[in-house]
Amino acid sequence: MSSIEAPRGRALACTEPALIRGPAGLHRGKAPGWWGMVFLIATEAMFFTILLTSYWYLRFRHGPVWPPDGIAKPELFLVSVMTPILLVSSAPMHWAELGIKKGRIWQLRLGLALTFALGGTFLGLQAVEYLTKVKEFTPTTDVYGSLFFAITGFHGFHVFVGLLMNLWLQYYAGKRRFDAEHFLPVEVVTMYWHFVDAVWVFIFATIYLSPHLWP
Amino acid sequence: MATPLALRLSERLEKTWEEPPGLGTWLDSVDHKKIGKHYIYTAFLFFTAGGIEALIMRAQLARPNERLLNPEAYNQLFSMHGITMIFFFVTPMLFGFGNYFVPLMIGARDMAFPRLNAFGYWIFLFAGIFMYSSFLIGRAPDDGWFNYVPIAGARFTPGLNIDYYTLGLAFLGISTTVGSVNFIVTIFKLRAPGMSIARLPLYVWAILATSFAVVFALPSLTIANVMLELDRRAGFNFFEVAKGGDVVLWQHLFWIFGHPDVYIIFLPAVGIVSTIIPAFTRRRIIGYVWLALATMATAIIGFGVWVHHMFAVGLPNLSMAFFSAASMLITIPSGVQIFAWIATIISGRPVFKTPMLFIMGFVFVFVMGGVTGVMFASVPFDQQITDSYFVVAHFHYVLFGGAVFPIFAAIHYWAPKMSGRMLHEGWGKVSFWLIFLGFNLTFFPMHIAGLLGMPRRIYTYHGGLGWDVWNLLSTIGGFVLAAGLLVVVLNFLWSLRAGAPAGSDPWGAPDLEWATSSPPPHYNFLEIPTVRSNTPLWDQPELREMGRRVHDLQRTMAEGHVTIGTTVVDAEPEAILPMPESTFVPVVTAIGVTGIFVGFLTLIYPVIVIGGAIAIGGLQAWVRPKEIVG
Repeated sequence: MSSIEAPRGRALACTEPALIRGPAGLHRGKAPGWWGMVFLIATEAMFFTILLTSYWYLRFRHGPVWPPDGIAKPELFLVSVMTPILLVSSAPMHWAELGIKKGRIWQLRLGLALTFALGGTFLGLQAVEYLTKVKEFTPTTDVYGSLFFAITGFHGFHVFVGLLMNLWLQYYAGKRRFDAEHFLPVEVVTMYWHFVDAVWVFIFATIYLSPHLWP
Repeated sequence: MATPLALRLSERLEKTWEEPPGLGTWLDSVDHKKIGKHYIYTAFLFFTAGGIEALIMRAQLARPNERLLNPEAYNQLFSMHGITMIFFFVTPMLFGFGNYFVPLMIGARDMAFPRLNAFGYWIFLFAGIFMYSSFLIGRAPDDGWFNYVPIAGARFTPGLNIDYYTLGLAFLGISTTVGSVNFIVTIFKLRAPGMSIARLPLYVWAILATSFAVVFALPSLTIANVMLELDRRAGFNFFEVAKGGDVVLWQHLFWIFGHPDVYIIFLPAVGIVSTIIPAFTRRRIIGYVWLALATMATAIIGFGVWVHHMFAVGLPNLSMAFFSAASMLITIPSGVQIFAWIATIISGRPVFKTPMLFIMGFVFVFVMGGVTGVMFASVPFDQQITDSYFVVAHFHYVLFGGAVFPIFAAIHYWAPKMSGRMLHEGWGKVSFWLIFLGFNLTFFPMHIAGLLGMPRRIYTYHGGLGWDVWNLLSTIGGFVLAAGLLVVVLNFLWSLRAGAPAGSDPWGAPDLEWATSSPPPHYNFLEIPTVRSNTPLWDQPELREMGRRVHDLQRTMAEGHVTIGTTVVDAEPEAILPMPESTFVPVVTAIGVTGIFVGFLTLIYPVIVIGGAIAIGGLQAWVRPKEIVG
């Protein structure tokens, strides 16, 4: 295995004139920035994994009654509205990305605006929920309160950052800084937004649904 | 002699790639070679600090009932010694070598994200200063490097000590994470055409495995620190038993990070060993594929053994049996590596110059540490001996043997490439023997002291317990070791002024970094080569004259500030990647981030706001999309 002979012609075919003479930044594969976002998301996914694992660990170490201290099981109505809103918000984001890859700046701008409206609604409803929750318990009440606010708050912060990036894209879309060949920022923000949506499914299942399943 | 074409092109490349001189080159450089050197020098400063802390502790422990230090000072010293060596010396040192040599070994002109690279260095430096500033107010972290609750909670350690720890490590984590992502993407995308995954140098494999381990392990430490900080400062209850929290959660989260971290430290060192052995035995490494697989296997299995740090906690027997088995399992890839190295050495024609001596020292010391490691994988033995000096002896054999010996091998092996000058061979040998003997004299007696019942982390002890002589030997050994380290420093400084010129390839080594001049030009390679072997310099004679003759004009890319992007598995060219010019943006952004952490430490909120504003401004200047031309 020490020396592996390559098909020589293939290895040299690299110096394709079109590639070398093309404009700098021309790509066939995914850009390094795209890969960078993949691994940033991998490490972010671990943040949520560790938080949710801590939730399960503390929940089962705690004993039979969960939530403890007379806290009611999480109310499901509001979150059942919030969850579809957030999940659906991925669709216009995807549509926006497809649009700019075909050079349609209007499609990018419209998709971004729709996503912003849906994401903003989610965050607004989360604020409404917090206002009712704090009347019942806070992070300092007990470990359940700490977990609830830390995990949903950490996720909410990610949504907030996603909305800021959405506005940022909207601003530069207005200045025509993206087109069919220059869309990397759109691509990576879209990936981030899908991640933030997907991770909510696990938070929803853990924080909201599971207390109803295990009495 | 170089051909006129090569001369003309190298002049043009030099003009494109050089960075303007002055203070700027230090603050605004995005050149991976400069950043790599900054990492190495800074990490060495922290090594010195951690070493001085160790010597003070050894002086305190030289005799029974010594009164040099009070208990609180001793607690701070042993905590900061561990934190410094693990977080601020070994990893950044190995990242420094990675920064300098990964792009050279894969035939690239820089890292994939040069500005992120600079940013990572500044965060590392500022986080180190942040952590060490705790000594100024006499409140350094004092609950050990693994910082168990409840003693690290607000009730038992109300001072700022632990806030420095939690915030400092979360702060440093940014640097380690972005550095690792940068390594992965660089290795995935920037390899020279033809360097398929089966031709990756083993050092690069090791950096890749380490970086993956960081991406998946570090979040656990960061989350644990954030939880602890919320408990301490904001009244959260994660570790507060009276409010339903759980103290063992900290131990799990810490070691879910902590044990992979052992491999994060060890794997790049392994890569150094696999790099140096072929060069000094004059033969290809035996079992290239096995070594690459063992590297990845170690990184993965390393995630499944953390509970062996917790055998004395009182966990269920079933889970301990599982983790005991996993801990024995992980010795298999380590064994594969050791046997491959030994076989290579035996079947080759070894030349025992200084780098190779340090490698031999590594093999000896690391096997010793491995033997005691297998003993700890057995639950009953562990429960008897945990928290004794036997543990201290074990992990110094593993970490000093497994990481510091390879680091010193790397210093002697690679410094000529970085400075263009050789270190003195005779003094190199002197330093090796001082370090090797000093190391064993320091740490071997600790095995015995531990078996005689001496607990770790005690600031003094009574005479007549049978520990006196072993402690005195350890202290003498510590100072011999320090003398050996000093010889290395002096030898290095001497070499910068008076060392023999190294030439491009002083060792006759097989990897690409030796195909360019020493020190390498700003643009690394006059042309990006096509790689057809995993020992390219031994199999492709044309690479030896790469700086002097142009073989393929299109590969010089002298018109722009660019490098070649290739596909992930086969390394077929797919893009010309523009590289950023030098810029102050990374250092400014890092200053902003520092402001945020200082603000959280001192709870002066305007500092957080100002720091955040600077950081966001820096990010904006960094990622702002350029106007589309044409």
